[in-house]
Amino acid sequence: MIAALLSLTLLGLALGLGLGYAAIRLKVEGNPLVDELEAMLPGSQCGQCGYPGCKGAAQALADGAAPVTLCPPGGRPLVEALAAKLGVEADLTGMADSGPQVAEVLEDLCIGCTKCYKVCPTDAILGAAKQIHAVFREACTACGKCVDVCPTEATRMVALPATLQTWYWARPEVVI
Amino acid sequence: MKLFKLRGGVHPEGRKDLSAEPPIRVLPLPQRLYVPLQQHIGAPARHLVTVGEKVKKGQLLAAGQGAVSAPVHAPTSGRVVAIGDFPGPHPSGLPMPTLTIETDGEDVWDDLQAPADPFALTPAEVAARVAAAGIVGLGGAAFPAAVKLNLSRNSEVHTLIMNGGECEPYLTCDDRLMQERAPQIVEGIRLIAHATGAREILVGIEDNKPEALAAMITASTTAAAAGGAVKVIAVPAMYPMGSEKQMIQVLTGLEVPAGGRAADIGVLVHNVGTAYAVQQALRLGRPLISRIVTVSGGAITAPGNLEVLVGTLAADVVRACGGLRAEAARLVLGGPMMGTQLSSLEVPLVKGSGGVLALTGKEVEASSPGPCIRCSSCVRACPMGLLPLEMAARIRAGDPAGSVDWGLKDCIACGSCSYVCPSHIPLVHWFNHAKGDLAARERLKMKNEATKKLADERSERMARIVREREEAARLRAARKAAADAAKKATAEAAAAAAKQKLEEVTA
Repeated sequence: MIAALLSLTLLGLALGLGLGYAAIRLKVEGNPLVDELEAMLPGSQCGQCGYPGCKGAAQALADGAAPVTLCPPGGRPLVEALAAKLGVEADLTGMADSGPQVAEVLEDLCIGCTKCYKVCPTDAILGAAKQIHAVFREACTACGKCVDVCPTEATRMVALPATLQTWYWARPEVVI
Repeated sequence: MKLFKLRGGVHPEGRKDLSAEPPIRVLPLPQRLYVPLQQHIGAPARHLVTVGEKVKKGQLLAAGQGAVSAPVHAPTSGRVVAIGDFPGPHPSGLPMPTLTIETDGEDVWDDLQAPADPFALTPAEVAARVAAAGIVGLGGAAFPAAVKLNLSRNSEVHTLIMNGGECEPYLTCDDRLMQERAPQIVEGIRLIAHATGAREILVGIEDNKPEALAAMITASTTAAAAGGAVKVIAVPAMYPMGSEKQMIQVLTGLEVPAGGRAADIGVLVHNVGTAYAVQQALRLGRPLISRIVTVSGGAITAPGNLEVLVGTLAADVVRACGGLRAEAARLVLGGPMMGTQLSSLEVPLVKGSGGVLALTGKEVEASSPGPCIRCSSCVRACPMGLLPLEMAARIRAGDPAGSVDWGLKDCIACGSCSYVCPSHIPLVHWFNHAKGDLAARERLKMKNEATKKLADERSERMARIVREREEAARLRAARKAAADAAKKATAEAAAAAAKQKLEEVTA
């Protein structure tokens, strides 16, 4: 009787202490999925998805409130990666892939106000006051922030032109 | 010598008799040459000349940059009249950076420096001279030859295979070169062997070129007396015998592992034309500025082979062969199986251009594709042992990554599958599209990672600026408070002193 009581009490104590220790030591801060999803998103905080920045978008994705196709700058690779991560089917019906886009500064209209330069989340615009600005195509995510702030409509989005390094054969026509 | 069996392959009509008979002619000097800065796989060359500068034949125009690149030399003497974009010999027809040279008709060589005895040079020196001469693989891929030499020296290549396959229909440039310049080719082969340390040297030539075989055997027996055994071997004529992996397999029985290189199994393969270019560079000091080009096809008046300077317009070459006698339904640069379709003849020929074909409608026999009937003709034809129908089905369904599991990366784009398909499905077009699509996705992924890093750095910087501003404001406030306190203290002291004085005075 005493032995049974003692052993069960000891067992309960040991397990309770172990659980208590684990709760402190292995504490999880927030939902780890949100952080992982946020790391996958472009991080330019452009807001094109309708959420306040990439953190908000990741939260919505984790809650299942947003479709995996929410991020235009991420493009198709991101959609596929997110669908694989969340184990959902990427629904691409009704999605038009406009192809890769980049910002362009129309040199005739640019007044060198540096507004786009200040707002660009990836430092893709080169410029100084009263100098015509230019875009580094390699760094531009086509988030469109520069188009919104330009007072003279000198910035716009254009399709990324093909070069010898990026051109490849178009999809053959399918005959049914 | 025992030959090994090859899997798959097709037997297209050769049509080599059109251009095989007449000897190689030298093309008269054109008025202008358009020399692209990128004529090879790798980074484009960086130009060293300015507009208006006079150049001599063989002078260095552009230096290679990066690990895989090749320099470009002036094909003749003249004046540089433009540096800028010009439509290139590329299926897209996109412009590429090009040097335009107005020829002066004098054709004066620059000072050439050839070693007294090229065999006395160390292998590394031979490779360095091959690199300086701008030599690239002349079989079509245009991979810088010196890079291959260095790679094979580092990976201990035991067998050197010289590719005289020329399995593409219509093309006879290697055939004519071997018939007319066999001794130079054999010397070039021995130089390449010297540069790599290969013990066994095999030359594979298709048995539909008996004159070339005879010429090469004669030249190699003469060379064997001088040391260095070069074995010339007749291989069965079939397509794609001239492909590197197939030539290795038929001669040695070895198979290049998937995703590997020939050097991984101790073999180095070069084209016979490359061997000729190496001999010219090491014996005469001449850089690679010209090549033999087959001009053929039903629409060409007088087909034949021409020695053409790099940068000559395809139109000039066709004109030298009597022009077009019929309407060309298709213009092709290279062979009909793997060549590039051209939209116009106003593009320059480059180091890798082996042929210019003007095909009539009858030769092209274009037909619209039908559905796949799963007859598996493509499976039997594929020389790499792949299942083209399965690969194409996955790509068509928007799953190019799935086709990689079926061996898309091992596809050599030889076009045998498209050739045999009874439904005329452009299978190789699908595969080329999928390879490009996958590369584009990879590029986008890398770009997204890079821009994410930029965005993170920027937000960090913005946070730091705010932090520093607050810090500065706090410091300013503290300094102001200290100054105010000091002022107050001085004022109080002064007041106290005044008070004391007043008391003294009153007392």
